[in-house]
Amino acid sequence: MTLDEKQQEIIEEFSMFDDWMDKYNYLIELSHDLPEMDPQNKTQDNLIEGCQSKVWLHAEMQGDKLVFNADSDAIITKGIIALLIQVLSGRKPSEIKEANLYFIDEIGLKENLSPTRSNGLVAMINKIKAYAVAYEQQGNH
Amino acid sequence: MSEQSIDVPALRKDFPILDQYVHDKPLIYLDNAATTQKPQVVIDRINRIYTRENSNIHRGVHYLSNQLTEKYEQARQRVQRFINARHQHEVIFTNGTTHSINAIAYAFGEKYIGPDDEIIITELEHHANIVPWQVLCQGKGARLRVIPFNDRGELIMEEFEKHINNRTRLIAVNHISNSLGTINDVKQITDIAHRNDVPVLVDGAQSIQHQKIDVQQLDCDFYVFSGHKVYGPNGSGVLYGKEKWLEELPPYQTGGEMIQKVTFEKTTYNELPFKFEAGTPNYVGAIGTAEALSYIESLGLEAIEAHENDLLQYATSKLMEIPGMKIYGTADRKISVLSFLMEGIHHYDTGMVLDKMGIAVRTGHHCTEPLMDHFGIEGTVRASLAIYNTREEIDQLQQALLKVKQMFS
Repeated sequence: MTLDEKQQEIIEEFSMFDDWMDKYNYLIELSHDLPEMDPQNKTQDNLIEGCQSKVWLHAEMQGDKLVFNADSDAIITKGIIALLIQVLSGRKPSEIKEANLYFIDEIGLKENLSPTRSNGLVAMINKIKAYAVAYEQQGNH
Repeated sequence: MSEQSIDVPALRKDFPILDQYVHDKPLIYLDNAATTQKPQVVIDRINRIYTRENSNIHRGVHYLSNQLTEKYEQARQRVQRFINARHQHEVIFTNGTTHSINAIAYAFGEKYIGPDDEIIITELEHHANIVPWQVLCQGKGARLRVIPFNDRGELIMEEFEKHINNRTRLIAVNHISNSLGTINDVKQITDIAHRNDVPVLVDGAQSIQHQKIDVQQLDCDFYVFSGHKVYGPNGSGVLYGKEKWLEELPPYQTGGEMIQKVTFEKTTYNELPFKFEAGTPNYVGAIGTAEALSYIESLGLEAIEAHENDLLQYATSKLMEIPGMKIYGTADRKISVLSFLMEGIHHYDTGMVLDKMGIAVRTGHHCTEPLMDHFGIEGTVRASLAIYNTREEIDQLQQALLKVKQMFS
């Protein structure tokens, strides 16, 4: 599925929800489905420290694709990460680096993007893109 | 006076912000330890300054300047009476509690702190009453000593005697903990300190709005607070200091207003309180804060205390009905602050869902990371109650928390 197709799929999924409660319940569900992160990867380096919840993000190359693994101590945050991983994991670093993540806005999670929210969403995206840039440069050498 | 009680439904009408919907739910504002809402009289007072009275104060030759200067100095008197300071010039206007503490850390540090000296703080402090002293100690080669608290969130008073020695220069302690609500026995602390000739700074950010403050009775050497936490405007605060200290301390900021005479060779400083008010003061904030103090005085400090205490008892029992509930801060003497966690549920998840139900709480470490370390937790959910909160709102909070529990377990 292309990046656009995947985002479109999530937007359609969320459009079926009537209220925030359904959205949050869905995020909680997604958080349970997120593959468990190898505890060894929960290192200080992989920790994105927001003010409110902890997020660990691990990245590794599998072939020419960048694969992400993540966890959080807060469930809603974890659900949001699960969405990001659905959209971005398993793609080429060059594609991840350039990705325009319009689905966040469309599904009504934009309020979580405000830096003051400190739930790490902005930091998560920055870190994902930073990994993409780093691995892309590595690949170019 | 003690017969006075608070008519909450009537009082709520004084606070226009409370009458609104958030996420399609009536707003329940329980984040008062972070900032309080403003009564219409305060909003009107500020409005009147900008519509009719504004002018830079002091030194003006014209009508508006003279009028507003008088109002500013009346505001100082109002604060003096409110905290029962001996002299009007013991009241310095600042930008807030953090500003006041930094001012003393700088001025006191310049004059009295040297290598191997010690400053005592407590494990209960807000970062604003930790970091300025830490930075001062680092700069001067001095040491910070920390008084611990017990698991109920009460300072272990015997530790003060143990930590005070001939190198102790100052004790800085909060009157009331912003995270736990513990009321510290400041009078006992000043007694111990003064027996050892050590001055005491009291961080009153969380006490000024909840109980009658008498700085002469507390006998503290410095007492600091913010206007916005006592129903006043943002960006205004007070630094009270005993005359003898303020006379001796050097200015912490220099510029206009605080000088007596300036030549390129030498500057002499103005008298108190102006020595500590460099630049154009926030007179709008100061006058607005004084208006807020008048407002709560008209309600009656004892009545406020009684109402908030009732809310605290009610909220505590309502929260404890929820299985898996743990309240942090169970001191015998505490104010209407409830810091809590529900077993297995992250404070952030709880706060996010409460928000969607129109309930404003704070989640996280509340700028008290060492305190959270004591309990071995990352943060809590904090509901902090004020004069306009009601038992019905507590019921709503309980229902909302049961909903949260259902969602996350």
